[in-house]
Amino acid sequence: MAKSVKVYSTPTCPWCIRAKQFLQENNIDFQNIDVSGNQQAVDELMQKSGQMGVPVLDIDGEIIVGFDKERIKQALGVS
Amino acid sequence: MQIYDLIIIGAGPAGITASVYSARKKLNFLVISLDIGGQAAWSGDIENYTGYQFITGPELAQKFHEHMRKYDTPLKENEEVLELKRLNGVFLVRTNKSDYNSRSVIIASGKRSKELGVPGEKEFKNRGLTYCATCDGPLFASKDVAVIGGGNSALDAALQLVKIAKQVNIVNKTSALGGDAIMRQKVEGAANVAVFNDSQVISVTGDKFVSAIKIKDNTGVKNLSVQGIFVEIGLIPNSAFAGEVEKNNKGEIKINLRNETSIPGVFAAGDVTDVPEKQIIIAAGEGSKAALSVFRYLAINKF
Repeated sequence: MAKSVKVYSTPTCPWCIRAKQFLQENNIDFQNIDVSGNQQAVDELMQKSGQMGVPVLDIDGEIIVGFDKERIKQALGVS
Repeated sequence: MQIYDLIIIGAGPAGITASVYSARKKLNFLVISLDIGGQAAWSGDIENYTGYQFITGPELAQKFHEHMRKYDTPLKENEEVLELKRLNGVFLVRTNKSDYNSRSVIIASGKRSKELGVPGEKEFKNRGLTYCATCDGPLFASKDVAVIGGGNSALDAALQLVKIAKQVNIVNKTSALGGDAIMRQKVEGAANVAVFNDSQVISVTGDKFVSAIKIKDNTGVKNLSVQGIFVEIGLIPNSAFAGEVEKNNKGEIKINLRNETSIPGVFAAGDVTDVPEKQIIIAAGEGSKAALSVFRYLAINKF
């Protein structure tokens, strides 16, 4: 079954753009959560990751801070 | 092990432009970089890159990336070069993941943000303290923030933040803001900006996240209540891995007009070098010049 993937991002952060691009290249469906001006989403991001940097990826509950390609690949099970 | 004609270290404006020229010269080459777009991707609004009267940093970086991908350039992304050395007539480029061999190298690894070096900085990094207003600025909607610095990058950060944050405090070490007059006027004209000149940061405090910053000026110590801190106090070159290459006192790699370094076969381009003026357009131009010099070097040495 496909994993649930959420990306907490801002429209201007280069690593967010790369992370989303990477998911698209691997045909992974994901929900993009734009945290800019959305305090509820910011709170969720802070609570899940304990920090305030973007992007944060939530892959079936596994929290990955930053565009860490290797960890993302591992969590998704893609090569 | 495979020996490349060329390895380009870095994929900012200089590295990417070098890659486009190298691809068009049909060199057998590789690009190794931690990120894509370099500092250009971190910039806010860009109004001085010819051909674009207005473009944002992330958009320009995206254009650069697309241009590089057009040539199916082999790219090792997310890899950090740790060491560059000569070994049996070829260059060894060691990264955090692998070793690569090449006949020539272009160092285009750019610069990174300088740190404040004050208590609390490390603990609160990404917990309210950041070095990238473009990336993290939107998280601070309706919050009080501080921008540390007084040059163009600090002004750029402040201009991005005045549209987002409630109050923007600029903490500047010198007696007046520097940078371009046009940007300074915009910052000084904003209603929600306060400038603290002659002020040094002493410490960053908070609980789980940043809650305040302590600054000192001629009159004493002040506590500014802020939830976000944007450090924009300048840059240092990413040149430590190139131990054998000659550098200036700022750690910038010395180059000549052909982008040659002190080691034959090693070229450098962009902000990591001692080229006067650091601009996206200059870095791009330097990248093309370095690639053409490499092409010449390989031809002369009959590789």
